[in-house]
Amino acid sequence: MKQIEECREILKDPDGYVRKIKAGGGQIVGTFCSYAPEEIILAAGAHPYRLFGSGEKIRLAEAHLQSYCCSLVRGALEDALAGRLDFLDGIVFPHTCDSIQRLSDIWRLNIPATFHLDVVLPVKLDTAGARQYLIDVLNRFRAELGEKLGKTISDDDLRGAIETMNRIRASLTRIDEIRGSRPDLLAGGDFHALVRASMIMDRRRLATLLEEAAAGLETRAAAAPTPAGRPPKRIILSGGVCNHPDLYAVIEEAGGAVVGDDLCTGSRYYSGLIGEAAEPITAIAGRYLERVVCPAKHRGLTDRADHLIRLVRLRRAQGVIFFLLKFCDPHAFDYPYLKEALDREKIPSMLMEVEDRLPADGQLRTRFEAFVEMI
Amino acid sequence: MAEKDEAKEKRKIKMVGRMKEIMTTYYIEAKTAEQTGKKVAWITSGGPVEPLIAMDIIPVYPENHGAMIGASKMGVDLCQKAEAMGYASDLCSYARSDISCATVNGGPIGGLPKPDMLVCCNNICGTVLKWYEIQARYFKVPLFILDTPFCHTGFAPEARAYVKGQINEYIAFLEQACGRKLDRDRISEVGKLSVEGQRLWQAVLDTAMNRPAPLSAFDAFFHLALIVTLRGTQIAVDYYKQLLAEMQERVASGIGAVAEEKYRLLWDNLPVWFRTKWLSEKFASQGACLVADTYTSAWCGSLKYVDENNFLETMAECYSRIYLNIGVDEMASQVMAMVDKYGADGLVMHSNRSCKPYSLGQYDIQRIVGNQKGIPTLMIEADMVDERSFAEGQIETRIEAFIELLKGRTL
Repeated sequence: MKQIEECREILKDPDGYVRKIKAGGGQIVGTFCSYAPEEIILAAGAHPYRLFGSGEKIRLAEAHLQSYCCSLVRGALEDALAGRLDFLDGIVFPHTCDSIQRLSDIWRLNIPATFHLDVVLPVKLDTAGARQYLIDVLNRFRAELGEKLGKTISDDDLRGAIETMNRIRASLTRIDEIRGSRPDLLAGGDFHALVRASMIMDRRRLATLLEEAAAGLETRAAAAPTPAGRPPKRIILSGGVCNHPDLYAVIEEAGGAVVGDDLCTGSRYYSGLIGEAAEPITAIAGRYLERVVCPAKHRGLTDRADHLIRLVRLRRAQGVIFFLLKFCDPHAFDYPYLKEALDREKIPSMLMEVEDRLPADGQLRTRFEAFVEMI
Repeated sequence: MAEKDEAKEKRKIKMVGRMKEIMTTYYIEAKTAEQTGKKVAWITSGGPVEPLIAMDIIPVYPENHGAMIGASKMGVDLCQKAEAMGYASDLCSYARSDISCATVNGGPIGGLPKPDMLVCCNNICGTVLKWYEIQARYFKVPLFILDTPFCHTGFAPEARAYVKGQINEYIAFLEQACGRKLDRDRISEVGKLSVEGQRLWQAVLDTAMNRPAPLSAFDAFFHLALIVTLRGTQIAVDYYKQLLAEMQERVASGIGAVAEEKYRLLWDNLPVWFRTKWLSEKFASQGACLVADTYTSAWCGSLKYVDENNFLETMAECYSRIYLNIGVDEMASQVMAMVDKYGADGLVMHSNRSCKPYSLGQYDIQRIVGNQKGIPTLMIEADMVDERSFAEGQIETRIEAFIELLKGRTL
């Protein structure tokens, strides 16, 4: 499918892609996390670019961050210190976990070339006070970002950005539903490419591309109402940051298919639309308050477990694979209670803890084969 | 040169006995609360305890219990139990120990009393949020979260408004839990006692400015207990008055924590609870005294933000701007101020695997302090409770090498 091809092309060299945007006069703003208010960055006419760490060996970051820190944080700092992110005009740190919190300070002290903004979001998302505070924080971000980029972000700018982001998220949601009901039509690696590219690509081009992709897939589904081939074992992927496209192929070769996810780089990134009727900042805040919660935030005691079980039932999944990054505290703390909730519902699960790179192909394959066979 | 037993006796701090008495009584009261009809609240170490004291709720500190678990060398076993429950071994060892301890009533006092409510303030870290969510699910009791937004470069007006609003929510939560109103006169009184206690604690720590320092950080780690757990009570005020008097006597008599104080060092991060004696002796035997530390001073660090005549109003800022809730550069400034104040020749930084907010950023602080104050740093890689992360031989070698380095600098 040519839209997927376009995404895969970009993923071959994401930094190169944004360098071209920069060369064309664009302003690149680096972000971390699904809580970064991309719509406000977009409204400022800038290009939001999510950072993951390029996976290069850690040398320079050793002098700033101990080894007991996740590879996302160490890797991103490494890239910045090594000068690989010199295309960034600025960096935005939404408040999430303790490591990102300290990375923000360390970055501010050591990477002077980029402008630096903290978006200290509330940790609680279930009180009126937190809601007001979130609105205040987003308003501050709007003012400060505007100042850094030399422009005023108007309500119309915001509405335009909201519309674009809603188009993107609505399309990704449609595509997610298609891979959920028809995993035979969209390989996991292709779905990953679309989502990953969404964090990199020019958002206006992306909005159109994703609508075309969704429409294309719907056409295919209508043209071939009966899935071809043996039905795979249906799996939900749950976890934090998953920047490992190869994972999907291994799961598929083992006879499984990812039919839904509960990932920070997946559904938490694209789920939920922004209300278009309300005042724009209030509307944006609404999405972050209501969207599927990440473990670094608090909204009730069983939100995530309830959501995960609902998702498993909705997608008729047979098992859950937890994909966790080593040293990711919020996710590691949630894991036992999520597993317990799944056990109570008799939903099988397995845990994969990854430091940076995926374990050797053979090892991975064996584990997935055993799991798929079991479920 | 062996030290005479008499001199060693003189060097021992007499108030230690009284602390042990107070803490024993405190834990007995907490563990028999059900019988006496008092309510028990578990609260984080940086949490606002004053409203609890004012409402006659017994505050219990899982972190203080964690320190006791570490000191009793029961950390490894409890951490392993937590890992068997599915908790990653990289998670905070206080949390791991407490979570497993609750299920087996383990630890040195047969477990903590069951909470009637949980109070979690995230000014110290994000881990406590997850830890207290887990305990709220386990004990099925109400949880209050005081969300103190991180102060990277200052305390924003919207953060101030948010935290202030939450202080009111906190009081409403406690009133609901107890079925009665908070006595505003009582909280005012407790607030004043809290401030008085904090001032006394600061005064105690300040006696270490003297040469020789009458107490070391290792002593401070022990005497810290009351300003953490019973801040706002007359007991704490009385204790610190007496401790201060003893310190002042020691200063007058020239009694130092260390026999022959040659090097004055600043400790950073939480203690290595299972090795405080060993570390104390390693440094002392070389004439090195840890004259101050960033951990114990955190419980009087908010004095600059509090108004004792307006405690409830100023609580928001006090609790938000603690040492662990500020930017790395602001921490470095505070460290440098302490270096000057206490006349430190070097830093000893505990790179504590369990505490990311405290440990990530230490390398930058080390560099800033090194550049601006020209003093060296000893980095000790360990953990506060989990002994598996302590490589004794390596650490011993590093300490010795550091002392050699200091020796060379004074020549």
